[in-house]
Amino acid sequence: MVGWAIALHGGAGAIPIDIQDERRIPRETALRHCLDLGVSALKSGKPPLDVVELVVRELENQPDFNAGKGSVLTTQGTVEMEASIMDGKTKRCGAVSGLTTVVNPISLARLVMEKTPHIYLAFHAAEAFARAHGVETAESSHFITPENIARLQQAKEFNRVQLDYTIPTPKESQNYGDSQVGTVGCVAVDSAGNLASATSTGGYVNKMVGRIGDTPLIGAGTYANHLCAVSATGIGEDIIRGTVARDVAALMEYKGLSLTEAAAYVIDQSVPRGSCGLVAVSANGEVTMPFNTIGMFRACATEDGYSEIRIWPNN
Amino acid sequence: MGGWAIAVHGGAGVDPNLPAERQEEAKQLLTRCLNLGIAALRSNISAIDVVELVVRELETDPLFNSGRGSALTEKGTVEMEASIMDGTKRRCGAVSGITTVKNPISLARLVMDKSPHSYLAFSGAEDFARKQGVETVDNEYFVTEDNLGMLKLAKEANSILFDYRIPPMGCAGAAATDSPIQMNGLPISIYAPETVGCVVVDSEGRCAAGTSTGGLMNKMMGRIGDSPLIGAGTYASELCGVSCTGEGEAIIRSTLARDVSAVMEYKGLNLQEAVDYVIKHRLDEGFAGLIAVSNKGEVVCGFNSNGMFRGCATEDGFMEVAIWE
Repeated sequence: MVGWAIALHGGAGAIPIDIQDERRIPRETALRHCLDLGVSALKSGKPPLDVVELVVRELENQPDFNAGKGSVLTTQGTVEMEASIMDGKTKRCGAVSGLTTVVNPISLARLVMEKTPHIYLAFHAAEAFARAHGVETAESSHFITPENIARLQQAKEFNRVQLDYTIPTPKESQNYGDSQVGTVGCVAVDSAGNLASATSTGGYVNKMVGRIGDTPLIGAGTYANHLCAVSATGIGEDIIRGTVARDVAALMEYKGLSLTEAAAYVIDQSVPRGSCGLVAVSANGEVTMPFNTIGMFRACATEDGYSEIRIWPNN
Repeated sequence: MGGWAIAVHGGAGVDPNLPAERQEEAKQLLTRCLNLGIAALRSNISAIDVVELVVRELETDPLFNSGRGSALTEKGTVEMEASIMDGTKRRCGAVSGITTVKNPISLARLVMDKSPHSYLAFSGAEDFARKQGVETVDNEYFVTEDNLGMLKLAKEANSILFDYRIPPMGCAGAAATDSPIQMNGLPISIYAPETVGCVVVDSEGRCAAGTSTGGLMNKMMGRIGDSPLIGAGTYASELCGVSCTGEGEAIIRSTLARDVSAVMEYKGLNLQEAVDYVIKHRLDEGFAGLIAVSNKGEVVCGFNSNGMFRGCATEDGFMEVAIWE
């Protein structure tokens, strides 16, 4: 009998080692809080699908991560959120994109999975579906934070699409020269080996309106089957091309690699350096959290009492 | 071995009672598209360009469910989606929620080539289209009489219909009882050809794939299927190019297109073995089909549905257009 395991992330990227305390501590606290929630849920026997949903809901509610509240802004200064969820046992999945008022995109993704014959709903139709099901919605002021308005300004000044993280250059202001927010995600396995994965994001700073990234794409940002559950974060376009989440499982299935080997292989071979991180758990209760970026906000715990909350490779 | 190869499809899951003349029409369209692709390949046009031009032809013809002739949403409008992938560097582009762009596959190509992103949808995609100066038309252009009739039927049945091509006189009611075969929970007589796609390997061994669709008849607005999803409906790598069609949910869950390449890469299977493997073992309870080419100049079609509209050709002169097993 193996134990349960859970891992979650708050985004991978160029998180500077000298990040200010006032930016680092709230995020570490949030990770700890979400990890504790997930662990309690697993301990009380909640199915992994419920666990990943509730953890990601909590991450979405945190303003310091790029999902739900605190989502980065499109080039028009709006939020467009997306999410996906997958149940490893049944391989059922749900995904949403282009949300502007739904407070918890991950829960809407779950509803799509459970209440429609479809897998993926997007934009105004997804919003209408949310309303039809009485899902909690809010005005844009709920989601948009001053930090993200500043990040958008900065990105426009540099006239580039930027990932959530950028290494501050001397020109950039101390306060907003970095953007240490990223996609959030959670994977979990119970002691019976049931697996689930969930991922949610606001996307790229200054992204084109209508841009869809890896997060809602099954096989790219999210995947779960009978062997493992994976949630990825980083440069969406690279994660899509590398079919990151699916490939971890495929390497286990087709090449017989272990979870750790498979995840390391994908991070090393399937995506460019500096583009990606992931969290994954296996049916055997193993956990791995590799990344090829400077850092990745992450946390994990296993039934034998182990737990960790980290940002860089060696902190 | 080696040399170019090409395959096209017009959907998996065909009513065994489909009238002969409709079968003939479909085969002629597939043949015409194959010949277009073959002529291009003979003039050394690259795989990605051939995929785009062949899928454009399929979109422009109203027969199959893509571009003009797309299945209709519940509101009687058309929302198209497409994706394209260039195996050489695994570059990709995809679009969804397209309502005025005449050739969605070309817009997907522009997303890949001219935008910093991989996937654009709805109003954002339409804005991008205008900025790129692609040809746009009114949504009515895509709507055909046939499909308006089918939407009515679907609403009466209050169910999602795949693209239904049997003429109303063909008496859907009676036909529904003729065959016990089901697809997506519906009698196969009211399920008919759907998504279109093309896969190509050129004489340099470069693979590419493209898929385009109007989606499910009577679908919810905003519903996205497998066709624009890289790894599900479309995939291409250095080893192969794949385009899938059929029950969208099954294709997405099984990451069907990606898996063909994955078993070649990770298990060392050849193209035929890979296609057989994924069709047999990866589709769970779903029905789907796919076409695939390899960098060695092979072409394979596989499906577990009742028939698939398809055609394929290789440089050594082989050519086949078929519907059934």
